[in-house]
Amino acid sequence: MKHTASIISRYTADISGVCSALYELGGMTVMHDAGGYGSLYATHDEPRWYDQDSLIFVSGLTETQAILGDDQKFLEDTIQAAQRLKPRFIALTGSPIPMVIGTDFPALALEVAQATDIPTFGFNTDGMHPYTTGIDQALTAIATRFCTEALPKTPNLTVNLLGVTPLDFSVNGTVSALTESLAAHGITVHSNWAMYNDLDALKKASQAHVNLVVTTGGLGVAKLLQQRFKMPYVVGMPYGPALMAQAVTAIQTADQTGVNQSILNCTKGADTYFIGETVTTMSLATAYQQATGQGSRVICPVDAQSGLLTENELTAHDEDDIRDCLKTATTIVADPLYQPICPASARFVPLPHEAFSGRIYHDTMPNLVTDFAPFLQSLV
Amino acid sequence: MLDRTPENFIALKNIEGQHVGIDLPLNQAHFPVPFYQGLEYPPPARGGWNIVHIGLTLPQAHLIFVCPEGCLRGVVLSAAELDLAQRFSTIAVGEENVLEGDMEAQVIEGVSHIIEELPQRPPAVLVYTSCIHQFLGSDIDLIYSQLRQRFPDIDFTDCYMFPIMRKSGPNPVEMMRQQLYSLLTPLPKDQMAVNIIGSDYPLPHDSDLYQLLTRHGFSVHEIGTCQDYAAYKQMAASSVNISILPSAIKAGELLAKNLGQTHVYLPLSFDYGEIEARLAKLCATLQVPYTPDKEAVAQAESALKQAQAVIGQTPIAIDYSAGPRPLSLTRMLLTHGFNVTDVYADAFEVEEQADFDKLQQLKPDLMIHPTEDVQMRVASRKRSEKTLAIGQKAAYFTGSDYFVNIIEGDGMYGLSAITRLAHLMTAAFETPKDTAALIPVKALNWGCSCVL
Repeated sequence: MKHTASIISRYTADISGVCSALYELGGMTVMHDAGGYGSLYATHDEPRWYDQDSLIFVSGLTETQAILGDDQKFLEDTIQAAQRLKPRFIALTGSPIPMVIGTDFPALALEVAQATDIPTFGFNTDGMHPYTTGIDQALTAIATRFCTEALPKTPNLTVNLLGVTPLDFSVNGTVSALTESLAAHGITVHSNWAMYNDLDALKKASQAHVNLVVTTGGLGVAKLLQQRFKMPYVVGMPYGPALMAQAVTAIQTADQTGVNQSILNCTKGADTYFIGETVTTMSLATAYQQATGQGSRVICPVDAQSGLLTENELTAHDEDDIRDCLKTATTIVADPLYQPICPASARFVPLPHEAFSGRIYHDTMPNLVTDFAPFLQSLV
Repeated sequence: MLDRTPENFIALKNIEGQHVGIDLPLNQAHFPVPFYQGLEYPPPARGGWNIVHIGLTLPQAHLIFVCPEGCLRGVVLSAAELDLAQRFSTIAVGEENVLEGDMEAQVIEGVSHIIEELPQRPPAVLVYTSCIHQFLGSDIDLIYSQLRQRFPDIDFTDCYMFPIMRKSGPNPVEMMRQQLYSLLTPLPKDQMAVNIIGSDYPLPHDSDLYQLLTRHGFSVHEIGTCQDYAAYKQMAASSVNISILPSAIKAGELLAKNLGQTHVYLPLSFDYGEIEARLAKLCATLQVPYTPDKEAVAQAESALKQAQAVIGQTPIAIDYSAGPRPLSLTRMLLTHGFNVTDVYADAFEVEEQADFDKLQQLKPDLMIHPTEDVQMRVASRKRSEKTLAIGQKAAYFTGSDYFVNIIEGDGMYGLSAITRLAHLMTAAFETPKDTAALIPVKALNWGCSCVL
């Protein structure tokens, strides 16, 4: 595989996924890297960077340290920073060179935890896997460590939102709108993994009745919480009124039966293509089908064996493969940076995605919870 | 396992160097690195140019980066933000490439495939390999010899995305500035042609340096003003290369070696004596007479006086990203009655030593702050009184909307730089800017004068 891209962008990687998922939880995340990943994250992946402080740093790995396999400075600097800043937890993440030299992040995490008495996680990220895997690893680690007690259930029907980061939902009000929309249907969001909530809120996740997995980044923690607390989960991001109604029913059913549910039900169509993250894009395709009666094709370039895909979805990742998939498309819904490889004859409907184009289209990212109708109008 | 109890760790820490805080009076600071270099915080001031922006200044060239996917994202979006994705391609190194050891084949086949797919054949292709190629011992010579054999009509050069060399050097920007000129091949020398190399911005025509050169009949060539690749290649005919930024020195050395061009390094300064000495040095190299420009000195003095009358004793903060000589600038402003209170710099260029020493006498309580120290993430970014900042990081850390928005010296040089900076300071003091909107933008003023 040549893995070439003549012109299109690249999705952000697992390191940024970890950072984004942990951003608001009061921890300290350290990227063990020379510096580029810190710059990338601060510039293109994190819309909260300017206005909301979070302890996310880079180790400044040098050539000499890498050649000698010298982890000592990384450890000491991390411990020193933790002692100065007193985070609630510490996360160590890897980048390509630590992967090449075989850095053992879980072992380093043990050393840091021992020295600081602060819970510490070590993530074997390497910049070669999609951001969704980083989100998944981070949220699962938080749940593993901090959600240990089966707490009494809330009296009313509540859900935890799992897999929520600006990489998929930006900071344009989508997440708040989802919370409000669920509330309007009698369902309260108990905790949000992980925007607009702190670690204390996440610790109480077992009080909720059901988990709502809105991206593949939330799937791992959903499975963990089910295993640990027998909490059922529903997979899908309820775009549009019809899918929201279906989600409400699915949440109620899951609560009553304890059986997992999915609202992803897009069927195959020949002409219209959606490209993006698996759960959000399959949800969009489902909502589109509910509204128009038409099927579509979904291309999921960042799906890392979620188990959610059917034979209708495509997992093309390389530019050539995606271009081939789109040859017969008449309508394409995707991030604007895909447009150069789309057939000139196809209608292109831009749907900016922070994980792909970063901040470039930040100001035009639609809130598809509140603005689904006009978006649909642009499609039909 | 090492005993890493907090008590033991603190003892270990003392071996590495004592932490000195983030507010360090100059008279307690060590030169050239005042602060311990631990974990780093990347502040959101992003105006500097990176290796993508510098590479894209080569007219008509196509850039191909070969790195792990996560590394590619930062560079591809740097190009996309400039709306130049059509000049930029990527090849993602995956775990299977690392494990199978097919890194050379991946580069050769990937670059070939991209070139064959391009709508137009570029005259030059810059191929950037990354740290991972270096660590896995990839045969870079093999890669380029194969590519040159396959595409004899294209000039290839080896560029490097080696952030891991950032501290030991040569750092990625130094390497990039050097490789940017590596495609120049020998031409008959034109004794009346001079290149300015390694600067982000073309030399302003009102600068002393430009005026001096043109007054003596020299033509001035810069990559930023080259209309096309042919014009770039013609830079090989110049007899002298002038570099101003420290990161351009290696480019000058390479060209002296490859093309026999004379390299003159004329570092930026805000000291009248140093400026005149540098211009005199250049004149000696060019074998033309030098006469100090008293009128330019008078203009600079007048501009500073006017600016000081407006700005008064308002605190001024300066950061290193505004230019490579923050201490030279600080010293000049202090000696002209301005109230410089803070300098933000993690380290200083060695050529700042004399200014550092003088400032220790002139203003020993001048506060030095790091920009990357972890504590800067949570430090207060508000000042109780209006502060004039020079540079994006100074504006960010002081929370000031009154700032001079420049990076890397803004192409200024000589006495005219002092005059121009005085005007910029006055304008910045009088009219607030939207700091949050301006400073996250990468590559300040990229493409302001070059033809794409």
